Amino acid sequence: MEITMIYYLIPSLIMFCCGVYGFITRKNMIAMLISLELMLNAVDINFVVFNRYLYPEAMEGMFFTLFAIAIAAAETALAIAIIINVFRAAKNIDVAHLTQMKH
Amino acid sequence: MESVGSIIMYWIIALSIIVFSVLTVTTRKILRSATFLLFTLFATAALYFKLDYEFLGAVQIAVYAGGIVVLFVFSILLTSHPGDNSERLVSKQRVLGMVAALATFTVVGMALLNRVGQALVSMPEMANPKMEEIGKALMGTGQYQYLLPFEAISVLLLACIIGGVVVARKR
Repeated sequence: MEITMIYYLIPSLIMFCCGVYGFITRKNMIAMLISLELMLNAVDINFVVFNRYLYPEAMEGMFFTLFAIAIAAAETALAIAIIINVFRAAKNIDVAHLTQMKH
Repeated sequence: MESVGSIIMYWIIALSIIVFSVLTVTTRKILRSATFLLFTLFATAALYFKLDYEFLGAVQIAVYAGGIVVLFVFSILLTSHPGDNSERLVSKQRVLGMVAALATFTVVGMALLNRVGQALVSMPEMANPKMEEIGKALMGTGQYQYLLPFEAISVLLLACIIGGVVVARKR
């Protein structure tokens, strides 16, 4: 059995679809953020797989993934700071109940 | 042709990625969801190791598993009571999520099978990128070198630290 590119891209695609499903159905803000991390991670896998199979002498995909990981870390830290602040103000992080800023 | 051990490793990694990422979005308890996310990220790191990017696998474990998941667990414990079930989903939203996920899966899966499925590229030989090469590529200013993005990331992280402290501090 030869492990080709498609064998890595399909699990990553399933991971991305799980992220989409979770982002739409979850109501807790932290659970939504977790789904977002899943989607980011799936994209990272794609960069690395394309780099490894198509251009093994280059390192562009790897560096793009490195920077994406760093940006994901920064984004998560800020989002969690905002979520904790919202929790302090509203005692709740359920997006269905956070309607005060609508009007 | 790949060795038997490599194929077995591949199936373990692929199955754990699929199973744990499905469990991450379907489990009712939010703390369990974070734990399954941790397992998914570990499986991704194993996949990077299998693809010969050892530095990337180490960064994945250190930053994602060591940093982000710990942050998630702390904020979950701060904002909810452990053991809480998330509220039962409204059926309309569940159907909407299913439709969006399945539509994405079908469209992208068809495109992948049509385009990439035919290109039966076997994994080319590659030496692990050495730390020396990675360091030079990160610190150089020439072509295919990344000093400017590196500095931009450092400024971004500084802004993120300050922003996190300012947003989350007590007033």
